Amino acid sequence: MNEETTPLVPPLLRHTTARLGKKQLLELYRYMLLTRGIEDRLSHLYRQGQMAGELFRSLGQEAIPVGSAFALEQGDRLAPLLRDLGALLVKGMTPREVFAQYLGRAQSPTFGREGGIHFGDLSRDCVAPIASLGAMIPVMAGVALSFRLRDEKRVALTYIGDGGASTGDFHEGLNLASVWKLPFILICENNGYAYSTPTRLQTGNPRFVDRAKAYGIRGEQVDGNDVIAVYHATQRAVRRCRGGEGPVLLEMVTFRRKGHAEHDDAGYVPADLLEYWQARDPIARLEKYLLAEGLYTRPQLDTVGDSIAHGLKEDADAVLSWPLPDPSMTFGGVYAEDPDPRRLPREDK
Amino acid sequence: MAVRTYLEAIHDALLEEMERDEKILLMGEDVGGYGGAFRATTGLLERFGEKRVLDTPISESAIVGCAIGASLEGMRPVVEMQFIDFIACAFNMIVNWAAKARYRQGLSIPLVLRGPSGAGVHAGPFHSQSVENFFTSSPGLKIVQPSTARDAKGLLKAAIRDDDPVLFLEHKYLYRRIKEEIAEDEDIVVPLGEAITVREGRDLAIITYGAMVHTALEAAQKLEDEDGLSVEAVDLHNHIPLDEEAVLAAARRSGRVLVLHEATLTGGFGGELAARIAEKAFDWLDAPLMRVAAPDSAIPFSPPLEATFLPQLEQVVAKARDLARY
Repeated sequence: MNEETTPLVPPLLRHTTARLGKKQLLELYRYMLLTRGIEDRLSHLYRQGQMAGELFRSLGQEAIPVGSAFALEQGDRLAPLLRDLGALLVKGMTPREVFAQYLGRAQSPTFGREGGIHFGDLSRDCVAPIASLGAMIPVMAGVALSFRLRDEKRVALTYIGDGGASTGDFHEGLNLASVWKLPFILICENNGYAYSTPTRLQTGNPRFVDRAKAYGIRGEQVDGNDVIAVYHATQRAVRRCRGGEGPVLLEMVTFRRKGHAEHDDAGYVPADLLEYWQARDPIARLEKYLLAEGLYTRPQLDTVGDSIAHGLKEDADAVLSWPLPDPSMTFGGVYAEDPDPRRLPREDK
Repeated sequence: MAVRTYLEAIHDALLEEMERDEKILLMGEDVGGYGGAFRATTGLLERFGEKRVLDTPISESAIVGCAIGASLEGMRPVVEMQFIDFIACAFNMIVNWAAKARYRQGLSIPLVLRGPSGAGVHAGPFHSQSVENFFTSSPGLKIVQPSTARDAKGLLKAAIRDDDPVLFLEHKYLYRRIKEEIAEDEDIVVPLGEAITVREGRDLAIITYGAMVHTALEAAQKLEDEDGLSVEAVDLHNHIPLDEEAVLAAARRSGRVLVLHEATLTGGFGGELAARIAEKAFDWLDAPLMRVAAPDSAIPFSPPLEATFLPQLEQVVAKARDLARY
């Protein structure tokens, strides 16, 4: 690898000692596989022309949304960024909801009004993001503010990328969270590229964790491809937030192994860099750990994988048969007093 | 009865609403200890404490974003923009977050964004703007502008009780110039979405809002005194929701309409009113709709320049005479 392609942060390859139980480790494994499986299916549907919108893969960085969401408790809120499908799954969103959302079906969580990862459900602690990067930082800080004002021991968490960290909202939101000592966790997923722009063109200091010092808050750099490390770092951050010690910035180092979206072949990413990160795949790493520690056998893990793949095929096929929304759903629900077609009863998901 | 200025009426509305509902928060730059740059929030920190009145860093986007987040969790934030011009820094949060939340996700954002707008106090291009035009094509937002102290109190109360995001544009020229008798603790609530005829007339109608309501009333009086014309004046109160019926009714009554605003002409709200009237009341018109608005430029600082920029009484009277003669 030449200098140009050397990862800016040396990967932290030591595994943290797992304090997670055997069952929980399998859950983490399952959620990462589920994320990858759903996105694989969506990728096929995209290529078949069945999907109207875009697909932003999280291939290679599934450990971050899964491990971090897993460290939250019920009542803690999170807002995903575009590559955080795994976090929604951990919080209880179902594959069918995800497929319906991406396929713009009438029964989608947004009734077809939005696509992709733009959905949420406060009853499952998920706040739907908007597209402009950085915006969720102040908004989730506001969620955390309401927790602080009501003396609730809850936390709010959201994600940003190496690109989104260049926005004004990153600064404004984190600064405000620091001033008010909010129970707020910001995870910076440093995945090397923002669309086609490498991190060195985003910032003069690619160590995003250094910014924590500037805001007077706690910061930690984490191996983002180690789901166990992600879980523990988030858990430490949650503990600090619940203790009233203010916000935490977690930089999670990872790599985006697909293009920005499906249309993008990422030809601008050097092949050796891709190989480097392929060898550090988060799912393969957890698998290796589970086998080496004798927690599970290869056939047991294969069974998990097979059952997920089988379930997802059924889910995708079922959702494909669901109807597209009636054009009348275009209207209504703009203002509080409007008639809202979404309030009508509907078949279950 | 107490005589309250437009500004005091806003203060009273905030105080009374905060007494009524503990979910209401105030957020903004210098709104706490200092009581706001124009003193609209004087004494509220002392009264309600720092969990209800929050001084913020100079971060308009984060202030609005944070208020949105708090509203998702059941709070009802009222955000002060120190000068409404600064709202440009929070544009994304308003048009992409607050305005679209209900349509796209079924989320209610009960948020009021209030602040001093308008010119006339020699404050130059960044402290004098009328920002309603930036936001009228952002469905999901409500936009309100009071012209009297009573309306300032009553419309602000309605805005605070509303479950949608409301942009509440106070006219800083009126803050201390307008005062009315308002009974102490009078719970005035002026419903959103209703325009009112503030002066009746048969010959032509001036449709306007904000500080220009007073210019329209002066012009109407002058036209009656000097020309014997009977001039109706309509105060819109809201751009969104627009009281279209009231606008069309005024057009049908006299068949001659003059739209007046201090926002700049091109893309101004007058264009929308003209279109609605042309589409739905054309047969009643006896003359083309006419507009008086600020020129398409920035707002200059020096008093004679600013006075020339703003629609003046004489200009309105002259245009009304053209309209009456047509």
